[in-house]
Amino acid sequence: MATVKDFRNDIRPNWCPGCGDFSVQASIQRALASMGKEPHEVAIISGIGCSGRISGYVNSYGFHGVHGRALPTAQGVKLANRDLTVIAAGGDGDGFGIGLNHFMHAVRRNIDITYITMDNQIYGLTKGQHSPTSAHGFKAKTTPAGNIENALVPTQIALAAGIGFLAQGFSSDVNQLVSLIEQGINYKGFALINVFSPCVTYNKINTYDFFRENVKNLDKVEGYDPTDRANAMKTIIETNGFCTGLIYRDDSRVPYQNQIPGYREEPIVKLDLNLDESVFEAALKEFA
Amino acid sequence: MLEQLSWKVGGQQGEGVESTGETFAVALNRQGYYVYSFRHFSSRIKGGHSNDKVRVSLKQYRASADHTDVLLAFDQESIDLNVGEVKPGGIVIADEKFNPTAPDHVRLFVVPITKIAEECGSAIMKNMVSLGASACVLGLPVDIFSEVIEERFSRKGQKIVDQNMEAARRGFEYMKELGGADPAFALKPADGKRRLFMMGNDALGLGALAAGARIMPAYPITPASDVMEYLIRKFPQVGGVVVQTEDEIAAMTMAIGAAYGGARALTCTSGPGLSLMMEAIGLSGMTETPVVIIDTQRGGPSTGLPTKQEQSDYLAALFGTHGEIPKIVLTPATPEECFTVMGRAFNYAEKYQCPVIVMTDLQLSLSKQTTEMLSLDDVKIDRGNLMTEEAIGAEDPKAEFKRYQLTEDGISPRVLPGTKGGLHHVTGVEHAENGRPNETAPNRAAMMNKRLRKLAGVELPGSVEKTGDDNADIAIIGVGSNIGAIAEAMEKLRADGLKVAHIQLHALLPFPTQSLTAAISDAKKVLVVENNATGQVRHLMSYFGVEHSDVSGLNKYDGRPFLPSEIYKHVKGMF
Ligand SMILES: Cc1ncc(C[n+]2csc(CCOP(=O)(O)OP(=O)(O)O)c2C)c(N)n1
Ligand code: SF4
Repeated sequence: MATVKDFRNDIRPNWCPGCGDFSVQASIQRALASMGKEPHEVAIISGIGCSGRISGYVNSYGFHGVHGRALPTAQGVKLANRDLTVIAAGGDGDGFGIGLNHFMHAVRRNIDITYITMDNQIYGLTKGQHSPTSAHGFKAKTTPAGNIENALVPTQIALAAGIGFLAQGFSSDVNQLVSLIEQGINYKGFALINVFSPCVTYNKINTYDFFRENVKNLDKVEGYDPTDRANAMKTIIETNGFCTGLIYRDDSRVPYQNQIPGYREEPIVKLDLNLDESVFEAALKEFA
Repeated sequence: MLEQLSWKVGGQQGEGVESTGETFAVALNRQGYYVYSFRHFSSRIKGGHSNDKVRVSLKQYRASADHTDVLLAFDQESIDLNVGEVKPGGIVIADEKFNPTAPDHVRLFVVPITKIAEECGSAIMKNMVSLGASACVLGLPVDIFSEVIEERFSRKGQKIVDQNMEAARRGFEYMKELGGADPAFALKPADGKRRLFMMGNDALGLGALAAGARIMPAYPITPASDVMEYLIRKFPQVGGVVVQTEDEIAAMTMAIGAAYGGARALTCTSGPGLSLMMEAIGLSGMTETPVVIIDTQRGGPSTGLPTKQEQSDYLAALFGTHGEIPKIVLTPATPEECFTVMGRAFNYAEKYQCPVIVMTDLQLSLSKQTTEMLSLDDVKIDRGNLMTEEAIGAEDPKAEFKRYQLTEDGISPRVLPGTKGGLHHVTGVEHAENGRPNETAPNRAAMMNKRLRKLAGVELPGSVEKTGDDNADIAIIGVGSNIGAIAEAMEKLRADGLKVAHIQLHALLPFPTQSLTAAISDAKKVLVVENNATGQVRHLMSYFGVEHSDVSGLNKYDGRPFLPSEIYKHVKGMF
C-alpha cells in the first residue's frame, strides 16, 4: 500500500518559503495515503498561478492546463475515466476570477470531483494584483488607493449555486485540512474545499495571524449541523466567509455520472470503440 | 421529359416550409432521384420569409440550380421574392387564400390549398395539398408520399395518416383539373436505387460515432448544434456522453481533459466558438493531447450572418492560437466525406498527438442531399503510440514515464492516467521529456522542434483531388461545399470546348504544397473559388509556396452559396 512518501516526488516547489500552499500539498499527500489510494489512481488537474503548480508537486498523474480552466478539464478527465480520483486545484484568481463561470456550472453539474482552492486574496504569480476575494479597501498593485470593488465570498456563492459538499480549511491547521480533503474525495459529487493559504510575499494583510484571529472554526462550535443549509448560509454571512471546517453537506443528491443515460459502470477508456454493426445499420435507416 | 428539375417552397418561417420541403425531398430520394436541398432561413423562430429549394435529378448535382422550375408559394412575399428566378414558362402554385398575383413570364396556378386542407381535417395539412399538386406537375404518382406520411403520422393514428393522404390526393386532383400535368415538366423515371438523404452535420455525427468518439462537450450554435443533438440521441447506446457546457472555453478544455483521460473526444462549434477555443487549442498542441474540433463555418465576423453561408475561418483555424503548434485542418466536401473524415480526424489526432480541426461550411453542414450508402468498413480505428501497462513493463514503479521523449519523428509514447508505471506530468508550460517544466534554452529548442517535426514534410493522403482535363485552360480550385457548383460549371465550360480541371482541397494543414503545385502546373490559368471577401485560400497558396504565374480569385461573401452559373459566367469572362 502506498504511503505518504509515495505521493512525494523529488521536485522542489518554486513557492516562496512560508507560502501557505506547502501545507495544502502536504495535506493532499497525507489524505491520499491515508485513504489507501495508489499514485497512478489519482489525477490532479490544476490551473495557472503559484497554486496551480501543485499538480507537479504530488507524485500522481497531473495536468497543468490554462488559467481558469482546471474545472472543465478535470470534469472531462472524470467523464473519461470514472475510476480515477480526480482533484482540481488552483488559486482564487483562477477559480473565482477568470474561472468563476466554470465553478458555478461545475457545482450545478455535480460531477464527482474534488476542487481544492488556495485562496490568498491576491494574484501571486503575476506579482501582487488584487483578486476577486480581496477585501474592499485592500491595497495591491492594481488598487494603490484601495480596492473599490467588493470581495466575493466563494463559500456563499457555492452554497447559493447548490453545492453538495462545502468545506473551508486553513494552511495552519493541517490535521483539519487532511480530514476535509478525505471527506471531499469520499463525497459522491462535486466537493469544494476552499483553503485560506496565505501569500507571504504579496499579501501583508491576510497573514497567518490575520486568519488565526479572524477565522471561526466550526469544528469547535458545539451542535453545528452541517446538513442544515439555511444555518450554513447564516454562518457564512455572519462570519463574512471566515469560517473553517465542514460547512455543508448533502448526501441525498445523485452525482452527474449516475444520471447519464446509458453511461456504463466500466469507464469509457475501457470500452471497445468499434461500433456495433447493428447499431450502425439502425442509424443508417434514419436517413434512408 | 426532364432529367432534372428545381422546385422551391416559400413561406413564413414556422408555417411548415421546412417540413414541406423535407417530405418532398425524402419521397423523391426514395424513388432513386438525386436530391439536393438548400434552406434559406433567418435567425428568428417564427415569421420572416424562408424557403427550401430542392433540386431533383437523374445524376448527382451538389449545388442548387440557378433557376427554379416550380415555385410553391404560401404567401405573396414568397412569389415577389422568388419569382425572378423562375424560368420563363415556369410554374407557380399558390394558395387561393391570399389572392396571388404573379408576373407574366410564369404560369400561375391558383389552388385553394388551405381550403382543401381544412376540408380534409385541418389547415396544417396544406403542405400535403401542395405536395400533391407538385407531384401532379412532375408527372409522378401521388402515392410517392404515402410511405413518408405513414412514418411521420402513424404515431398519431390511422385517421391522421388517411387525412394527410387524402389532402395530398385532392391537391393532385385539383392541379390535374387545372391542367397542371404538363409533360414539359414531367421527370424521367429514376433508377429506384435506395440511397441515404442527409446533411453534412448528420454525417459528421454518425462519423464521430463510428470513429469511437464517446465524449462531446459542446455549446449550442448555428449551424453546429445538430451534431451534438445527434450524438445526444446516439451516445446512450454506446455508453458515451454529450455535455452541454457553459461556453466554448469549457467545451474545448473539457474535451482536452477527456482526451487526456483516454477517451476519443470532440467538440463542435462555429466561428464565434472557434475564437473562444483558441487558447485551449494551443494547450492541446503544447501538451500533445489529441482532440477533434469541428468548425461549421457561417458568416462572420462577430455574430455576422449567423444563418448564412461563408468560408472565412480558414486563416483563424490555421494560424489561430498564440505561439506555434502542429495542427491538422481537414476540409470535407460532401456528406460521404463528412462521415469518413471523422475516422481519419481521430486517427490523425492520436497518431500525431495534436488538435485536428474539421471544417465544413453552412451549406455543407445543413444542405440535405442524396448520399451514397455509408459503410463501417471505411472507418478504421488506430490509436497511435498508446502504451499499456504491460508494454511499459516498468521495473521501478516510481520511475517517471518519458511522455515527451525526444524521438526521430517527434512522436512520443502516450500513456493514460490510471496506468501503472506510466506516471508523468503534463503542463502547458514548456517541459522536458518527463513533462516537468523546463525553460532552459536547449530544452526549449529541442521540444519545439520535436513538436513541429511531427508534421514537417507530411502531406496527408487525398489532400488534393483533381478531376477534368490535363493541360487545362483553367484549373478551378475549391474547398468545402463549393465542390458542386464548380463541378457543374466545369461541365458546362467543357461542353463549350474549354479545357477545365477541378481541384478540390480536402486538407489545408499540413498544406499540400507539392500535390497542389503538381495539380495546377499544366494549367494556363488558376481560379480559386471561395465564400469569403479576402481570398483566404488564395493567400494560403502563396504563403505555403504554391507557384503559378496566373492565379486569381472568385469571391462571394453575401451569405449565399455559389450558383454554378456564377462560376461559369466568371470563367467565360476570363477568355
Ligand atoms: C488567459 C490568461 N490571462 C492571464 C494570465 C496571467 N496570470 C497567470 S496566474 C494569474 C493569477 C494568479 O492568481 P491566483 O489564481 O489567485 O493564483 P496564485 O498565484 O495567487 O496562487 C494571472 C492573471 C494567464 N496565465 N492566462
Ligand atoms: S508569491 Fe505568494 S502565493 Fe506565490 S509562492 Fe510566493 S507566497 Fe506563495
